[in-house]
Amino acid sequence: MSKVSMVLNGKAVSADVEDRTLLVSFIREVRQLTGTHVGCDTSQCGACVVHVDGKAVKSCTMLAAQADGAEVLTIEGLAGDSGLHPIQAAFREHHGLQCGFCTPGMVMSALDMINRHGPGNLDEQTIRHELEGNICRCTGYHNIVKAIKAASDQMAGMAQAAE
Amino acid sequence: MAVEGIGARALRKEDKRFLTGKGRYTDDMVAPGMGFAAFVRSPHAHARIKGIDTSAALAMPGVDAVLTGDQLVGDGIGNLICGWMIHSKDGTPMKMGGWRALEPEIVRYVGQAVAVVIADTLGQARDAADVVVVDYEELPAVIDAVAAMGPDAPQIHPEAEDNLIFDWEIGDDAAVNAAFEKAAHVTRLNIRNNRLAPNPMEPRAALADYDSAEEHYTLHTTSQNPHVARLVLSAFYNVAPEHKLRVIAPDVGGGFGTKIYVYPEEMVCLWASKRAGRPVKWVCDRTEAFLTDAHGRDHQSEAELALDADKKIIGLRVKTVANIGAYMSLFSSAVPTYLYATLLSGQYDIPAIHANVKAVYTNTTPVDAYRGAGRPEATYLIERLMETAAREVGLSPAEFRRRNFVRTFPHQTPVIMCYDAGDYDATLDAALKAADYDGFAARKADAAARGKLRGIGISCYIEACGIAPSAAVGSLGAGVGLWESAEVRVNPIGTIEVLTGSHSHGQGHETTFSQLVCERFGLDTDSVAIVHGDTDKVQFGMGTYGSRSGAVGMSAVVKALDKVEAKAKKIAAHLMEASEGDIQIEGGELKVAGTDKKLSFTEVALAAYTAHNLPEGMEPGLKEGAFYDPTNFTFPAGTYVCEVEVDPETGKTEIVNFVAADDFGKVINPMIVEGQVHGGLVQGIGQALLENVTYDDNGQLLTASFMDYAMPRADDVPFFNLSTHETLCPGNPLGIKGCGEAGAIGSPPAVINAITDAIGSNDLTMPAKPEKVWALYHSSMKEAAE
Repeated sequence: MSKVSMVLNGKAVSADVEDRTLLVSFIREVRQLTGTHVGCDTSQCGACVVHVDGKAVKSCTMLAAQADGAEVLTIEGLAGDSGLHPIQAAFREHHGLQCGFCTPGMVMSALDMINRHGPGNLDEQTIRHELEGNICRCTGYHNIVKAIKAASDQMAGMAQAAE
Repeated sequence: MAVEGIGARALRKEDKRFLTGKGRYTDDMVAPGMGFAAFVRSPHAHARIKGIDTSAALAMPGVDAVLTGDQLVGDGIGNLICGWMIHSKDGTPMKMGGWRALEPEIVRYVGQAVAVVIADTLGQARDAADVVVVDYEELPAVIDAVAAMGPDAPQIHPEAEDNLIFDWEIGDDAAVNAAFEKAAHVTRLNIRNNRLAPNPMEPRAALADYDSAEEHYTLHTTSQNPHVARLVLSAFYNVAPEHKLRVIAPDVGGGFGTKIYVYPEEMVCLWASKRAGRPVKWVCDRTEAFLTDAHGRDHQSEAELALDADKKIIGLRVKTVANIGAYMSLFSSAVPTYLYATLLSGQYDIPAIHANVKAVYTNTTPVDAYRGAGRPEATYLIERLMETAAREVGLSPAEFRRRNFVRTFPHQTPVIMCYDAGDYDATLDAALKAADYDGFAARKADAAARGKLRGIGISCYIEACGIAPSAAVGSLGAGVGLWESAEVRVNPIGTIEVLTGSHSHGQGHETTFSQLVCERFGLDTDSVAIVHGDTDKVQFGMGTYGSRSGAVGMSAVVKALDKVEAKAKKIAAHLMEASEGDIQIEGGELKVAGTDKKLSFTEVALAAYTAHNLPEGMEPGLKEGAFYDPTNFTFPAGTYVCEVEVDPETGKTEIVNFVAADDFGKVINPMIVEGQVHGGLVQGIGQALLENVTYDDNGQLLTASFMDYAMPRADDVPFFNLSTHETLCPGNPLGIKGCGEAGAIGSPPAVINAITDAIGSNDLTMPAKPEKVWALYHSSMKEAAE
């Protein structure tokens, strides 16, 4: 057993867990945050993407102990109490989700993509390439790509307005 | 707050919970004291079980129970069954072998469950499953369906000689023979429809909870049709009588057919919950999903098309061998028969058709309905034939199709189906225009200048949806009726709950079904809630598959709304001392036509429940139910045009343009319909370019993870150009035809027709992987040079 402590969605949490506990199990089972999903066993599908210290990580591929001391952000912590984050709002506006299972991972990957490239700097080809690690079986990606592009552009506008 | 009726691009009511991590899927459920199940699975494709030693596993920490097939059979749990009877052409019934949820004697495919461990944690259950010792005597296995009928093939089930389940036929053999005798031209093709893994992103899961005091079971599970699951679990598997079994399908992460069936694992969890005396949770991992979720397709066909001197089709002859896998899954027999061969007429007027289908056992995962279910196989066959025939007789593929279209309705095909309405010229014209078909030659020349091979392919699909009426499917062998139910409950303050037997696992029913109510009463969408997926809340229903929720499920809602409206009008007329015929409903109010008298919907609802002043003899309350059984299948149809560029250096295909022109009848929410088409198209493109379930000769599954099975990614596909062209379906009150499967049905032949056009060689099988395309192109170049 190991004691694992982290800041999860802005809140300090800790628990004693089996050494083999994956970060996704810590989030889902220990902390009962079930928005992060498991869709495969091989780090391919991306349903489990969360942010660890600001970077997108497949939480099925990391031990909880490796996140000890880290800041972890999951889908539940994205918008806070303010309703929807611009990426979430864009997914809704553009019908970028159907069954919803891949959606949390898609949104967290989209945020990482926008952070790395800078808001407003995403084109279709880049978005499609960047989504290599996220599989969706429902939407055919069409509306996901549109949603991410729209969110990226909107966030650029917000950043500009703030300046 | 908005009144969003039929035809509105209403944003989805369910999205907020999915986008904020508040979706509630089966694996998110927790029951106090629950244990976890891990299954022990066969590593062999065919083997005799000589013994199972569970002692070491039972001694592992945290382990409650290790259960085997002998105990399951001893407790009277029934065999899994196929619920659709097919008779061979000699009149004999299909030969169904026994399928136990845990196999005690002979395993028949890799991954088949032989034992289950229940333990305190998933880790403990898996550790213990690893030390269950099963002594196997390996037997020879057969993977290919044609080989399975051969003299050297192992016998898989004693019931099915030569592994042949049925040898079925449809159509008029003599008429077809006569057509071929007088044909001016015959086009022949051997066609393989590749085996696919459906792969909804949420793996199957179950949380089974037995209450010993009430002798009552609750099952949360990933189901497209919880009532059918309960019926089957009760009537055939003897788990519990229906009133002692509640099945809940909460948020379900995609289905595509996979989650229609009751599988061994869900059954075993229910039984094990009683045995172990605690709730039992099981969540499939992705490799287990590849091994045990019903696969799709896997047909091998010989097809021949006879044309007269005017290049009109006069006959079609098809011989198909369908690989059913090691056991007959719930609807496996219907897929290669009544959902397949009845659609072989396509959009064309074909006077004579005959099809023979042999269904065969092999040592592979069971095969059943996957998005489209039989109709993609029929469409691929006829549309590959059409394109090939057009090339052979020197007509443009568009013109050849147009020459043979059905144009008068109703149209009775020679293979049971009677097409009720359509306009195939309209969708072909729209697709050709959107694809700039006439400008293709210039684009091809431009591509050639860049060293690329450009091709264009057409597919004109038709499908039969709704899978009803009940009497018709019953006469064809279905074990159930395929109607749908609905109940509309108006609450005393005028909010409305609609209970439906349809199930949403991504289709957005909470939004679209609400739109029906908004349209009818002029209420805002927040006043309406849709209730589904729980056998304790909804009395009965048939669930969602076969693109039936709109055509059948919504029709039941419409019938119930009719009754509610009639009663509300009676009450309003009584209260306002007006004639019932003068009451109009508009903007959430019931008005007396030509006056300023009106009551809000809330006032009428409240009056129904206070019952202080109702018309003489009227019962209190405002709640109505309806069952709806359609008069016919529905027939969505359309044209897809795919344009590709192939790199001759690598054989890689890029889809550069894809146009879909569909006729789905009445569209309730265009945004959701477009989403359904996008998703279907990509599943079909995945079949055409990427996906292929592959076994080695010993029956080991080589594609058992997302690392080995190529799922379409975002950069494999383009944006799509969609349009809809409405002819109303006369068979239901809204004129809906259905849209859930079209994309997956129509797209594979469009893609393959485009690639074969690009490389100038027709002998291409799916998936069109780069090495295959490269080799074919270069061998055809070599042949041409010689």
